[in-house]
Amino acid sequence: MADLTPVHEIRPLTQDIPERFIPVPTVEPGHTFASVTDHISAIVLQKRMPKLWWLGLAVGIVGVTVLTTTLGKLVLVGVGVFGINHPVGWGFDILNFVWWIGIGHAGTLISAILLLLRQGWRTSINRFAEAMTLFAVAAAGLYPAFHTGRPWYDFWLFPYPNTMSLWPQFRSPLMWDVFAVSTYATVSALFWYVGLIPDLATLRDRSRGKIARVLYGMLSLGWRGSAKHWFRYESAYLLLAGLSTPLVLSVHTIVSFDFAVAQIPGWHATFFPPYFVAGAVYAGFAMVLTLAIPARKMFHLQDFITMKHLENMGKVMLATGLIVFYSYAMEAFFAYYSGNGFERYMWLNRVTGPYWKMYAMLIVCNGLAPQMMWFRKMRTSTFGLFVTAMFVNVGMWLERFVIIPTSLSRDFLPSSWGMYHGTRWDWSMFAGSIGLFLFLLFLFVRFLPMISIFEMRTMLPEAQAHPEGHEA
Amino acid sequence: MAIGKVRTGLYGVIAEFTSPAELTVAAEAARDAGYTEMDAFSPFPIHGLHETVGMKSAGMSSLSAITLAGGIIGGIAGFFMCWYANVISYPLNIGGKPLNSWPAWIPITFECTILLASFAAVFGMLALNGLPMPYHPVFNVPRFDQASRDKFFLVIQARDPKFDFDGVWKFLEALHPREVVDVPW
Repeated sequence: MADLTPVHEIRPLTQDIPERFIPVPTVEPGHTFASVTDHISAIVLQKRMPKLWWLGLAVGIVGVTVLTTTLGKLVLVGVGVFGINHPVGWGFDILNFVWWIGIGHAGTLISAILLLLRQGWRTSINRFAEAMTLFAVAAAGLYPAFHTGRPWYDFWLFPYPNTMSLWPQFRSPLMWDVFAVSTYATVSALFWYVGLIPDLATLRDRSRGKIARVLYGMLSLGWRGSAKHWFRYESAYLLLAGLSTPLVLSVHTIVSFDFAVAQIPGWHATFFPPYFVAGAVYAGFAMVLTLAIPARKMFHLQDFITMKHLENMGKVMLATGLIVFYSYAMEAFFAYYSGNGFERYMWLNRVTGPYWKMYAMLIVCNGLAPQMMWFRKMRTSTFGLFVTAMFVNVGMWLERFVIIPTSLSRDFLPSSWGMYHGTRWDWSMFAGSIGLFLFLLFLFVRFLPMISIFEMRTMLPEAQAHPEGHEA
Repeated sequence: MAIGKVRTGLYGVIAEFTSPAELTVAAEAARDAGYTEMDAFSPFPIHGLHETVGMKSAGMSSLSAITLAGGIIGGIAGFFMCWYANVISYPLNIGGKPLNSWPAWIPITFECTILLASFAAVFGMLALNGLPMPYHPVFNVPRFDQASRDKFFLVIQARDPKFDFDGVWKFLEALHPREVVDVPW
């Protein structure tokens, strides 16, 4: 078996078929088990990282500094540094929390749901997307943890027998949120780690430095690739996928209950759970594209993250974008059809009230921009995909802004109306959470394989052990 | 420093192959030759190979049972926690609703079910596989680091009732491996 065949072979054109009818492969041909292993593990094991990586890490570090400064200010002064006040008591904190949690959902969707649906193309992006999930949940977790103003009392959120004889109120959606998000973070971390074990063994066997070998060795738990182990491993992986699938749907459902269970006009709607879940997948795929397009260039991964992956993600973005756009239409319809004056006013206020610019930008970003994905030319151009994904990232943030402060600033009593604006500390916390996310992500691509090596091996034609059998 | 008994002597004889098909054929030949204590190593899962090397997987696997048990325990414990806290230990009248307002506890019950089932699946898999196990005799094989890259190994253990060193060596040589080596403990 030739070990180091050239990475690229020209795909043979046997007949005069137009190029657009030739399916784009999920792995470029010419790869072997060895070349896949070497290419992906070399990113981690090489001594020098590309300049762009250092630049990205530097941006992340600046962001983390901004974040720690903000948190220091917040802890010293209190939540008064944020723009929340009567009547808008929920501002950037929950807005950014929902935005980040939503972004995280794409990782679980790719790793669990697409696995159950036997979508082979998920293989080269699932590790990366799962890492994105973890870091997005970490960034999201900052907000509920610190919005209390006294984060050292956060353990009060959890049920534990205490000398105050108090229990949390388990009927409250906010309590459901605590359980949903902490379960989601835990299960995502487990799923990610289980997926990493065989690759950590590969890194253990291939790293030259002693410290690296010991660390990867400890983390790989002594994995040796035994057939019996693989069998239980695959069962466990599939079980986790089956458990994560309802979990991920439940998480954003429960996040939407934070709003839907309240009586505020514009929140109290039964279609919130599917609306939020679709929005989460939409935002998440946009973020995967935002990160994957530069990463595949930076680390020369075009052979593994092919145009097919990017195009498929563009299609998912279009489909979920249409669901989200439909939900905006339904919001208007329900407001009209409810026959409730407050609901009707809420919608008019969103479109024509003081925050109308936010709503208009939302429609442009989330409703109109993704329509570009109808065109194959845009779906197969990294520039087109990146621009669309950026629109969606911004759009999903605007969506939560439109839902949260717009409804709260003008509810039932005009005498209690008031405007809401984020302060510079609100913005710096947001920027800081993006910095933390980038920081963690750049460290991840430095120290762990960003593509699942063992799953990539199964994608190769030479992985067929039985002529008649089919490999997963 | 040694914890417990230090094993010495021979663990088994191992053969290295270069493709999954060769490994599958070799494992089937070893099974047909009557060997029972063996194991195969590959850089990725190979469908059905675990049965060839002597693992039974008929019916519900023990891992599925463990996961189911974890889920049931999680669900019952999650619901009990809500019920005990909000009905017995700290009853609060919320909007005149009954104290045992169980529909409001479904989300937390569900999350606890998933959480414990996931823990059971992961830790059950590790426990059944005997991991973590930092040392294993096959790591003594000089080229075994290739098992996590692109090579495939079949080991026949010394504790196999049919094991005799020369016979096993010859048997493995006949399967056209890349090489055959002995594995010390």
